Amino acid sequence: MADAKFLKFDTQTLHAGQQPDPATGARAVPIHMTSSYVFQDTDHAAALFNLERAGHIYSRISNPTVAVLEERLAILEGGVGAVCTASGQAALTLAILTLMDAGGHIVASSSIYGGSRNLLAYTLPRLGITTSFVHPRDLDGIRAAIRPDTRLVFGEVLGNPGLEVLDVPAVAAIAHAAGVPLMIDSTFTTPYLCRPLAHGADLVMHSCTKWLAGHGVAIGGVVIDGGTFDWEASGKFPTLTEPYAGYHGIDFAEEYGPAAFIMRARAEGLRDFGACMSPMNAFQILQGVETLSLRMKGHIHNARKIVGFLETELASDKGAVAWVSYPELVDHPDHALAARLLPHGCGSIISFGVKGPGGGRDAGRRFIEALSLFSHLANVGDAKSLVIHPASTTHAQLEAAALAASGVGEDMIRLSIGLEDADDLIDDLKQALRAAAKG
Amino acid sequence: MTQPSFLVHGHPVYAHTGGRPFDPSRPVAVLLHGAGMDHTVWSLQTRYLAHHGRSVLAVDLPGHGRSGGAPLDSIAALADWVVALLDAAGVAKAALIGHSMGALVALDAAARRADRIESIVLMGAAERMPVHPDLLASAAAGDPSANDLVIGWGHGPRGHTGGSAAPGLALIPGGRRLMAGITPGVLGVDLAACNAYATGATAAEAVGCPALVVIGALDRMASAKAGRALASRLKMSQIVTIKQAGHMMMTETPDATVEALRGFLDLRRV
Repeated sequence: MADAKFLKFDTQTLHAGQQPDPATGARAVPIHMTSSYVFQDTDHAAALFNLERAGHIYSRISNPTVAVLEERLAILEGGVGAVCTASGQAALTLAILTLMDAGGHIVASSSIYGGSRNLLAYTLPRLGITTSFVHPRDLDGIRAAIRPDTRLVFGEVLGNPGLEVLDVPAVAAIAHAAGVPLMIDSTFTTPYLCRPLAHGADLVMHSCTKWLAGHGVAIGGVVIDGGTFDWEASGKFPTLTEPYAGYHGIDFAEEYGPAAFIMRARAEGLRDFGACMSPMNAFQILQGVETLSLRMKGHIHNARKIVGFLETELASDKGAVAWVSYPELVDHPDHALAARLLPHGCGSIISFGVKGPGGGRDAGRRFIEALSLFSHLANVGDAKSLVIHPASTTHAQLEAAALAASGVGEDMIRLSIGLEDADDLIDDLKQALRAAAKG
Repeated sequence: MTQPSFLVHGHPVYAHTGGRPFDPSRPVAVLLHGAGMDHTVWSLQTRYLAHHGRSVLAVDLPGHGRSGGAPLDSIAALADWVVALLDAAGVAKAALIGHSMGALVALDAAARRADRIESIVLMGAAERMPVHPDLLASAAAGDPSANDLVIGWGHGPRGHTGGSAAPGLALIPGGRRLMAGITPGVLGVDLAACNAYATGATAAEAVGCPALVVIGALDRMASAKAGRALASRLKMSQIVTIKQAGHMMMTETPDATVEALRGFLDLRRV
């Protein structure tokens, strides 16, 4: 008997979620720039509003172009469904507000994107949702931080910017033992490198702006439902397991089974909070997703060459490199875990320390200002190589202790390795390191 | 909303009513899912039916989803169970809408209990639905590869590449998750019941009520040809062939499936 046949990853990056346009035969995904959709008749209108029939009503809630991206990303991650949002931050907010009300509590990795940390540490407490931060390697600490009111455990596969690798299967087991789902921000790894749902996570989110898009022209986010978490058995999620007066008394778990979370996220979250993705952005991000595999191979190839170069510099007495962090290095604390979770590569973010006269902060400034191919900006995952000094930018809101807890030193430089010729990138780094060392 | 609860043969039965309270005095439609599945496969039909004049019971068959008891090991036993459900729900006569294994159940019930069945809708059905011995064995053993085979073969090209009618939902992963949730071994019991059902042809010839056969043109589990052959044995049958659908027409082509039901059951908004 033959095995089951499903389309492979590379094929899905190009085809998933789309049929050629039935109206025109267009092979590319059309950009449906429309706010709303004509109803066939009054019965059709009522059926759409009442979730009797599938279809589009208003582009804040769903849009055909955005839906292709949503379905494609859901399939690439192995999830039952997805909702695309205006940004990665909107995806995180939507997921949290779908899961919990005031009084809810989150246990989060302390090594996460600075914007996510701001949301969790400063903004959500205004709504009565609080977060305990735990170092991603401290599994006992994560277990101990879970309380009766905890509704979510949250982390990143690769910590930002410290590149700690989260032991997703172990953290998932801890969360599940407490009746709580695990959500992973998988922006740094993309489904090409890691599919967290296959490792036990229940929800996945991305900033699509980064590697999924790759071109740096569009902001967007997505939250993907693995359909794995048993909301009813947990008993902690009335938004998913009790009738919702705001939508015809629907009990989402009963009505939609494994798709309960993602249906509520759309029916309530997009409808009411409204942080939807525009069709144009969805189209632009789709262009990136179509080349995801090719680009990720290039990112990994270049990242490995740059790491090799930085290691050589580190070994040199006269070099300006103080340390290098990349999970494929044998001295990285998570090397073995990375080999298990990220067999195709550990992404294209490299952190390293720069040293020179005046200390790490001054040396870092000289280094960044001397670069010419690397662009100094607040983004990662572009096809072009990028650089930033986290302590003064993405993580600048953090106080000293939180900065240290996030693994951010004043000398830390974060590189996002692009798809240029690696030799050109190395030449640029070489001359900038010389500038840093000179003072 | 709170769903009604019934006891059949001493076990609780879960039935989704499509967002309207169940009223046995109105025309009733009972929806019967296929092997290894549950009522959620009808998500895009139940609410429509319930708001268009039908009192709906989208059931979880015994041992499936939220219903108790053990899975029943023959199509005849499942058909008897459906009649017992009608008794428990206080329903004199109902339309049965079945998919795959559920269609065989509807067929068998209509053939033997004409007094209780008003009409039948058979989706993804054939008079014989043999199952490969290796699949039977792996399903009986609770091997997840059996689920994948059912989901892989159960979807046509549209299901595999996507283009879901429900924005943002992914059909293949959704099907895999649904089947991953069933109790190991239940699929094996279901498939064995389908495989052993040898009286589909005579049952079809015995059916006296109106019947609709819904065929997925790209169905690889119950071919279009087999669907037409089944329809030819039914005295009062109509055929609707859905061009883009595989076996899972309710999720692959939900609108076309609703349209087929609307025409046959004369559904009107109430």
